Amino acid sequence: MKNIKTPGIAHWKLQRISALAMIPLVLWFTTSLMLTILKGYDSSINWLQSPFNATGLILLFGTLYFHASSGLQVVIEDYVHHEGLKIASLILIKLLSILLGVLSILCVLKIYL
Amino acid sequence: MAEFALPKHSKIVKGKEYNLDTEVANPRKVNVYRWSPDDDENPRIDTYTIDLDQCGPMVLDALIKIKQEIDSSLTFRRSCREGICGSCSMNIDGTNTLACLKSIEDVKGDINIYPLPHMEVVKDLVPDLSKAYEQLTSVKPWLQSKTKPEDGKSRKQSPEQREKIDGLWECVLCFSCSTSCPSYWWNGDKYLGPAVLLQAYRWIADSRDENTDQRLEELEDSFKLYRCHTIMNCTKTCPKGLNPAKAIGEIKKLQLERK
Repeated sequence: MKNIKTPGIAHWKLQRISALAMIPLVLWFTTSLMLTILKGYDSSINWLQSPFNATGLILLFGTLYFHASSGLQVVIEDYVHHEGLKIASLILIKLLSILLGVLSILCVLKIYL
Repeated sequence: MAEFALPKHSKIVKGKEYNLDTEVANPRKVNVYRWSPDDDENPRIDTYTIDLDQCGPMVLDALIKIKQEIDSSLTFRRSCREGICGSCSMNIDGTNTLACLKSIEDVKGDINIYPLPHMEVVKDLVPDLSKAYEQLTSVKPWLQSKTKPEDGKSRKQSPEQREKIDGLWECVLCFSCSTSCPSYWWNGDKYLGPAVLLQAYRWIADSRDENTDQRLEELEDSFKLYRCHTIMNCTKTCPKGLNPAKAIGEIKKLQLERK
């Protein structure tokens, strides 16, 4: 029981807030997907050129990768008991989600701008 | 990594069968996990057939009957035989419960009895609970206060304040809940588990205790408290009908309000 104390409330809270934020974002995105994006390339480009849609999509990507990485962090902390492997996987997941998040947001901006 | 398969020396083999000498109207097979530290053998399942017409109504009665009449080497903890002492917790018919509160009538078919899951076994149905007791001590499960009682004798509580510890004080510390929790299975060395967290909340919720903030601060740890993923096995299995998951939820709520 001589473990180093690591606070947990911030992580717990952010995980729940991001989950809540994703409910409207995912609903909005799937509706848009059905109504416009799936209609073809031109209509998708058109759709993404609205500042509201581009903002929504950036918010969705940000929340999505944040939520995914904090969820995976819990899974790794639960199941990976080798200290070195645990830290390595946690860092890898953080870096990957930042990379994918930035990449996705840049793609949105590229089309929008 | 978490271990998903039993180590070689823990694989369970078929054990001895003890049958009745005469034919009876109401026989029932009881399959019991057996393991002794005194030999190098793997754990085994022994099967005892008992006459239910000559046995008390509870699973503990069946175990006592087996120990007294068939196999005196069978080892298990028991004391009060009425759900107050918490000694006879074990896994019966796939669920952690107290043998003295589990009616034989409620078990369909053979009665399968194992020790509490994912704990070191001392012998047969006796698990090693020393780590769990150590965790219990760590939450200081006693009243802490710096001030003296107003009248110098007793600390008064209003009925409303007293109500807040209902559903908490009844816990008999049988650890059925903690040992049913997958999070406790994987991280039992760091996660305190539902039984201990319910005890922690019992003192947090007590209006007479003056160390609430310090108690919450101690629990504010990603492993001690937040390994609870609301799986709810604890609440489902509690033989006393308590709700450790709710107690843990209340602690998390208080942590939110604190920060």
